[in-house]
Amino acid sequence: MFHDIGQIILLFWRTLQSLPLVWRHRRKVFDQLFEIGNASLFMSCVLSLFIGGVLALQTGPLLVERGLGNVLGGMVGLSMCKELGPVMMAVLIAGRIGSAMAAEIGSMTVYQEIDALRTMNINPVHYLVLPRMVAICIALPTLVIFAILIGWLGGAVVAANNHLISVPYQTYFSNLENLVGVGDLANGLLKSFSFAVVIGIVSCHQGLQTIGGPRGIGRSVTKAVVNSIVMILILDYFLTRMMINL
Amino acid sequence: MSATSQNLVRGVRVEVRGLRKSFNGVEVLHGVDLRVEPGEIFVIMGPSGSGKSVLLKHLIGLETPDAGEVLIGGESIETPGVMDRHRMAMVFQSGALLNSLTVGENLGLYLWEHQLKSEPEIAAIVAAKLDLVGLKGMEDRMPNELSGGMKKRASIARALVMEPELILYDEPTSELDPLMAVTIGQEIVNMRKRLHATSIVVSHDRDLAFGIADRIAIMHHGRILCVGSADEIRATANPAIQEFLNATFKPV
Repeated sequence: MFHDIGQIILLFWRTLQSLPLVWRHRRKVFDQLFEIGNASLFMSCVLSLFIGGVLALQTGPLLVERGLGNVLGGMVGLSMCKELGPVMMAVLIAGRIGSAMAAEIGSMTVYQEIDALRTMNINPVHYLVLPRMVAICIALPTLVIFAILIGWLGGAVVAANNHLISVPYQTYFSNLENLVGVGDLANGLLKSFSFAVVIGIVSCHQGLQTIGGPRGIGRSVTKAVVNSIVMILILDYFLTRMMINL
Repeated sequence: MSATSQNLVRGVRVEVRGLRKSFNGVEVLHGVDLRVEPGEIFVIMGPSGSGKSVLLKHLIGLETPDAGEVLIGGESIETPGVMDRHRMAMVFQSGALLNSLTVGENLGLYLWEHQLKSEPEIAAIVAAKLDLVGLKGMEDRMPNELSGGMKKRASIARALVMEPELILYDEPTSELDPLMAVTIGQEIVNMRKRLHATSIVVSHDRDLAFGIADRIAIMHHGRILCVGSADEIRATANPAIQEFLNATFKPV
């Protein structure tokens, strides 16, 4: 385990060192951005619409019962912004994109394509890891912005139309506007950026460490997704603690 | 005149000194020593599992030795920048074309990534090299649309694009029909004629080895048993070598 963590840190450091080469690899970054955005935008929107809706549905009746219906917008807004948007999107991206990254790089490792790159004096970190890392670090926070907005909307629709809640749109959004600040949005985006780094580096590392045939690729994909999600949830706790103290 | 003495212009000398390598406690290379002269076609033969491919991977820096060293043009392969100073290419047993790229993109990858030529120049070079290996007009095909032999030829063309000083071939004729094996063998010789590069071929194909090699090394259980010309190898009295060279199918 410590060996793996050491290798992940080393890979991350090598990727950071190769950042000046991003412009040279811009085509691959755009390809990856398209891949991540295209594969995940619709799913992110659907997911966050229902997360916002469920959040309103679970808390709305309780708040209304206690005469606190007017704070529902702020509650859904802050939850989506600071916690559910970044974490749920990170879990979704770990499942969809992290697994794809680990599978693609893993299959390239198994079928000697990475060795072929090395014999051409092409650094696999520059060629494979850097574009994926940059793309996921741009794409995940962008998807989280969409998720937050759609989540707010989902919460508003349920709040206004559920007969147990019946909080008008105007009250919902007015409270949301009062309670949610730019700092809260920045909080969510910072979290999502950190989660993107975790997903990208863990998945690429697993891909590069793949041994064996198709079974080895399957193992790498599973490990990439599970390790990413575990690390996201642990990191989430520490980031939340850090941001509360700020 | 031997091919070796004709072509000393661009090839690079390769030396292996006391190379040892173990995997999970099992030693697969037991102190290998070799010297391959510039422009030479040097074939390493031996039964499966004798350590040929592992040795080849050390020659191009894909494996790190436990002991000993590999010198390329007198410099250790581990010296920073040695891969920049000496262009080396490897033709993998499986071809190892990048499956996500077209054949044309695979061939042009080295030039593109190192920004050595403009896009139209790369396209022209790729077309010319594909033509040389009999794959004219295949630029837009994906690797999974090619047969085994075509993949190998595309892989050779990819090596050609690099204009290397050293070319390593890992089992270039395995999984090929006899006609295709002869074509690939001829291509290896032609490549040396064109580039004057040093060629190191790992194979257990006796016909290929005796057909193209300037010198042959026989490997057995991670050791080099002998090195010499085709005639010298045939004349050797070592029973393990004779058994390997003369193995034939005996119908029951």
